[in-house]
Amino acid sequence: MITLRVDGQDITASPGQTILEAAVAAGIRIPTLCHLKGLTPRGACRICLVEVKNWNGRLVPACATPAEQGLDIVAHSQRLRDLRRTILELLFAERNHVCAFCVSNGHCELQTLAAEHGMEHVRFPYRFPALPLDASHPKYGIDHSRCVLCGRCVRACSEVEGAMTWGFSGRGIHTLVEADLGDPWGKSKTCTGCGKCVQACPTGALFERGKATSEQVKKGELVAEVTERRPRVQG
Amino acid sequence: MSKVRVATAWFSGCSGCHMSFLDLDERLLEFAGKADLVFSPIVDIKEFPDGVDVTLIEGAVGNTEHLHLLQEIRRKTKVLVAFGDCAVTGNVPSLRNPLPREDVLESVYGKEGTPGLHEGEVPALLPQALPLHAYVQVDHFLPGCPPSADRIWEFLRQLLSGQKPELAAPLLTFG
Repeated sequence: MITLRVDGQDITASPGQTILEAAVAAGIRIPTLCHLKGLTPRGACRICLVEVKNWNGRLVPACATPAEQGLDIVAHSQRLRDLRRTILELLFAERNHVCAFCVSNGHCELQTLAAEHGMEHVRFPYRFPALPLDASHPKYGIDHSRCVLCGRCVRACSEVEGAMTWGFSGRGIHTLVEADLGDPWGKSKTCTGCGKCVQACPTGALFERGKATSEQVKKGELVAEVTERRPRVQG
Repeated sequence: MSKVRVATAWFSGCSGCHMSFLDLDERLLEFAGKADLVFSPIVDIKEFPDGVDVTLIEGAVGNTEHLHLLQEIRRKTKVLVAFGDCAVTGNVPSLRNPLPREDVLESVYGKEGTPGLHEGEVPALLPQALPLHAYVQVDHFLPGCPPSADRIWEFLRQLLSGQKPELAAPLLTFG
């Protein structure tokens, strides 16, 4: 058993657990966005950055850093709050996240995080990129304006469903989530239509067609429900 | 004690924020006891007066008239508030921003004598609808589409009692 300290509280972790998992098990909430229980950590969004005091105050993503014996971690401070707010502002400025006419308005992880971090406006100029919306799939749609590139859909599709329909194309701010090397989603030969990607998506980027905003509540927890029922492969 | 001189203005928005302000209902009486509304779409005053304490602006800056009035308001106002999502983020009016201004106008009004391309009987449309703070210093931000009457009241209550208004979640959400 490993012992570490988070915000002055001594907590324990099992070998192989991440800082985030140990903190959550001890009842300490660390905000996350690209993390989803049941999927491989990716460390893409940096919302869960924490400060490791005995590593010269280095910032590490709690979701992707193993818990180690004796770590002294700050998970909540003004510095971290400011950093997290800045990350959120950059996400809002990068694409067209207009909450007022989004299918996820009122139950969006990005919107909730912004409010929690006191983001009453965005200090960076908005980019207003012209991004496509693909509604070719009979059950679902993807609006790239709402995408934060967390990769939860990509991981849910490959790790849980095993279809590997989704992938990334492009680089940096030009990155897009694409089905089958850029085919319209509705033409995908690999998509099983299971909808795990939609449930895993933290924003309104992936949505169910024919559902009103109030009905469009995501069930991201089903990913862990599925993976935890699977037999563990020894080795 | 003299009353606080409050103004409101309506740029590129749907007037929903002003409707929400009117939803203050009986709290408007308390507001009227503390403040004078010296310029607003809901009062009949044509020129923006000097020496205004607080101005709430609804809407994004979408055309040249908005921009001129914004600069005049900034000169004449002590505390400028971005009132609602359009003023804070651009919101719905900013939907056109990824598209060229000329294409937007011509697809609606046709290619002959298209209004809004140049300064004329109607003000010229700016290339993009932007939030207020893209042009001037904004002192406070009151997000929401529209901000609910409770949210507006909490904000005004703090501001009119001389505090720095600070809203926390869930009173801070966009949308």
